[in-house]
Amino acid sequence: MHEMGIALQIIDIATAAIPPEMRGRRVEKVNLRIGKLSAVVVDSLNFCLEIATRDTSLAEAEFSIEEVPVVAQCRECGYEWQVAQAVFKCPECGSGNLEMISGRELDVVSIDIEEPVDSEMQNQSR
Amino acid sequence: MEVKVVRNVLDVNAKMAEENRRFFAENGVFVLNVMSSPGSGKTTILEKTLTRIMPEIQSAVIVGDICTTNDADRLSISGAPVVQINTDEFGGDCHLAAHVIENAARQIDLAGLDLLIVENVGNLVCPAEFDIGEDARVVVLSVAEGEDKSVKYPLMFRECQACLLNKTDLLPYLDYDLEKARQYIDQVHPGMPVFETSAKTGEGLDSWIAWIRDRVADKAGLQQQA
Repeated sequence: MHEMGIALQIIDIATAAIPPEMRGRRVEKVNLRIGKLSAVVVDSLNFCLEIATRDTSLAEAEFSIEEVPVVAQCRECGYEWQVAQAVFKCPECGSGNLEMISGRELDVVSIDIEEPVDSEMQNQSR
Repeated sequence: MEVKVVRNVLDVNAKMAEENRRFFAENGVFVLNVMSSPGSGKTTILEKTLTRIMPEIQSAVIVGDICTTNDADRLSISGAPVVQINTDEFGGDCHLAAHVIENAARQIDLAGLDLLIVENVGNLVCPAEFDIGEDARVVVLSVAEGEDKSVKYPLMFRECQACLLNKTDLLPYLDYDLEKARQYIDQVHPGMPVFETSAKTGEGLDSWIAWIRDRVADKAGLQQQA
């Protein structure tokens, strides 16, 4: 339900990450990592990103979302497994004392910026 | 070419939440974030709770709704200072974020206060994602909502330290399997305390209030040591 707010934050972070000397170049891709336990619906987020990037430097960017599974490790016996069906109990020893390894990610990992065209390269080397 | 970023999308909120946490700790105030779906009985629970703990535990409330000051009006009767936040000014937000709590907390005199309760916007999804600088989170679930809410909204139940199963006075009229509801909650968050309450009749509120008392006392003790 708060996907628009998240989308705007992603756009802010990705835009701020463009190095000053690369301003004006096209951002081809924004790579995101979203944990399956986070309260974000990927379809809604994509929809919001499409609307919110209009007329911005990210208008043509593709948003690539890597969904991260929910992985837990038992603090009692050390067993590590992928949590399914919201069962947060160790399948080996039954303990609920868990360390969450992944699943809460909501990260902008990187951005791909288009390579400079040849004339620009020549200008830079001159 | 690839430019590395690696930034959490909510890091601005997380930073603000840490500032709030420091601010609350300096004042020795225990902050409780109460969350639930709309209509679970949060406000009635808080009305009854405040009546019983005031003035011994000096309390204040920040209450979030999309519209109206109805909840603030109800809670004010207890004598506790109440700040109503209407999120329609923030685009009808579905949750309270850390910066909103910071603004609201400035309107309350925290000196001499023991407990600050934040009644979040009714929603089992989004509030779970936003740290506001609280000490503890609790989720209220009414028995009219079905047994499996905890497995449908696992993040909320993972993020909370206690659960209130409210409106138990309705049980005679419902096909509600209380044991099953408890099993589901225990599956999502093993060991989390579950209080069966009826805010209407007051039944079951004793152990819930004892839980709050312990935590408020712990926080006050920590501040005295500091």
